Amino acid sequence: MGSPAPAGEGSPVASVATNTSPGLRPPTRRGTELVMLSFAAGLVTLALILVELNQERSLSLRIVYLGLAYLGLFACAHLAVRRWAPYADPAILPCVALLNGLGLVMIHRIDLALEGVKYLDGSTWSPVAFKQVIMTAIGLLLFAATLKFLSDHRTLARFGYTFGLAGLVALLLPGVLPGFIAPTINGAKIWLRVGQFSIQPGEFAKILLMVFFAAFLVSKRDLFTTAGRRFLGMDLPRARDLGPLFAAWGVTVAVMVLQKDLGSSLLFFGIVLVLLYVATERAAWVVLGVGLFSGGAIIAWRLFDHVQDRVANWQDPIARYDVEFGGGYQISQSLFGLATGGIGGAGLGAGRPEMIPEANSDFITAVIGEELGFIGLAAVLLIYMVFALRGLRSAISVRDSFGKLLGGGLAFAVCFQVFIVVGGVTKLIPMTGITAPFLSYGGSSLLANYILVALLLRISAAARAPQRAPKPKPQQPAIADQHTVMVERPK
Amino acid sequence: MQLTRAGFLVLLWLFVLAALRVVRSDLYAASGLRASGLPGFRRSEKSARGSKAPRQLVVTHGALTGTRISLDGRPILIGRADDSTLVLDDDFASTRHARLSMRGTDWYVEDLGSTNGTYLDRAKVTAPLRVPLGTPIRIGKTVIELRS
Repeated sequence: MGSPAPAGEGSPVASVATNTSPGLRPPTRRGTELVMLSFAAGLVTLALILVELNQERSLSLRIVYLGLAYLGLFACAHLAVRRWAPYADPAILPCVALLNGLGLVMIHRIDLALEGVKYLDGSTWSPVAFKQVIMTAIGLLLFAATLKFLSDHRTLARFGYTFGLAGLVALLLPGVLPGFIAPTINGAKIWLRVGQFSIQPGEFAKILLMVFFAAFLVSKRDLFTTAGRRFLGMDLPRARDLGPLFAAWGVTVAVMVLQKDLGSSLLFFGIVLVLLYVATERAAWVVLGVGLFSGGAIIAWRLFDHVQDRVANWQDPIARYDVEFGGGYQISQSLFGLATGGIGGAGLGAGRPEMIPEANSDFITAVIGEELGFIGLAAVLLIYMVFALRGLRSAISVRDSFGKLLGGGLAFAVCFQVFIVVGGVTKLIPMTGITAPFLSYGGSSLLANYILVALLLRISAAARAPQRAPKPKPQQPAIADQHTVMVERPK
Repeated sequence: MQLTRAGFLVLLWLFVLAALRVVRSDLYAASGLRASGLPGFRRSEKSARGSKAPRQLVVTHGALTGTRISLDGRPILIGRADDSTLVLDDDFASTRHARLSMRGTDWYVEDLGSTNGTYLDRAKVTAPLRVPLGTPIRIGKTVIELRS
């Protein structure tokens, strides 16, 4: 015991909790983030130049300015991270920046294509790329604001039920409101029209409900792990504990029926199931949930025309190519586009995205597949993967269970959304009409996803920041060593 | 034309590889803990000899390598909970993982229902087991042993 070094040799309670000496701080790696962001900005500028070249438009210095403006926007976001979450993960923001930038270039590119169509047949249409740039700026503002005002993600847990109520209202509102506020667009009733703008409250509801579910599961975790009967090697939960699962299922079915929005209902239910699984480590919940959802989906398929259309289009889109409304035209065109792209792609700006309806929102991955080919689309999917990977890693290493659940849920939500939309576009699953995060045209989706990224960065910052030394606890002698005092009972 | 097409794809993949490199170089930073000091240097000569009774607990492997706790007869809680005696930050350890307690002159290890189990030497600890001097106890990625 002669060595002076070990801290608190005699006091085991305070000795071990800190291992990081204050002089040796882990690197924040903000420099890496800046380098990667510049790389992303360079790639996006290059993509824009290629599009302009292939469309035989005059190149000017304007493009360089656009690239610099884009870099400037993300440099501001980077500064916000540097200021308010210095230990955040360095890979997340560059991935998002590249996806968003590629999305902007593709939307611009589709604008150019549609301009040609308009010239030919005189359809009413106006370019949307600029609107999306504005939305990106607003999204980054929201991103910075979230980082600034939410200094600790655990404060969210306190408002769990409020968030849950708000999320539920936001999710169901478009379904129950009359048509002039909540119009039916492309068969789905998920928009709210406020003056000039239409917003999709479901995108924000996704995050609100995730916060609620994470907070709820953290406080009620024990309830879900109570063992019921064993069946086929699984611990089935008790019947009375199934309430929350049934509630989530009911909401999902309501979304499917009232709003005709298959994608959102699938996404929402998937998130609930994964959070339940992460919280309880019980496969039984997933099996039960998938069973419930399949049952609901089959009933919906029996009862509703639009579901039947989707499934028929999935089974054989070419056979329904000529069906007037709700036919397989869109998916067929997307498959043709992907086939044209092949392995190496047609080249940026050299494809024919105007052939696919809704090319700039739901089907943007088909356009990317056509112009960048399998190689390019695989790279885009890998960027999503890196994003989700870092999100899940942060969730694993953060030290509180609310952060773990929320981080895991957020990362999974992005991943699952990509699966749903890319699976639909490539005819792996029925097409369900949902945006590709960060790529697609759509303000609500972009804003909501930037808030999501800010939350993930906040959680990763909490996970990576050096642990502060806990206050040394007052040393209490063991109960046996405490001296006893005789107290005389008053007579 | 073909050159720009291929060039852009190459650059796109370079970005992916760069992102993966950042991820790789970041593997250890994310755990929030760093290895402390050099293991093995703090063994004091005085306590190596002397009585047979264990006097300290030493971490020999894992993130906390080199940490030692002197034994004073009170039980030692090991786990991820903040109030444990030995706070592990290890994905394979449970919140309350194991307890070392003294009965008579011997120390016993018992598992507190951990997910991944506690191992005394090679044997899984299911009931309280006596811990001989210098026998490794494995908890997740951490190995501890008793020394006199």
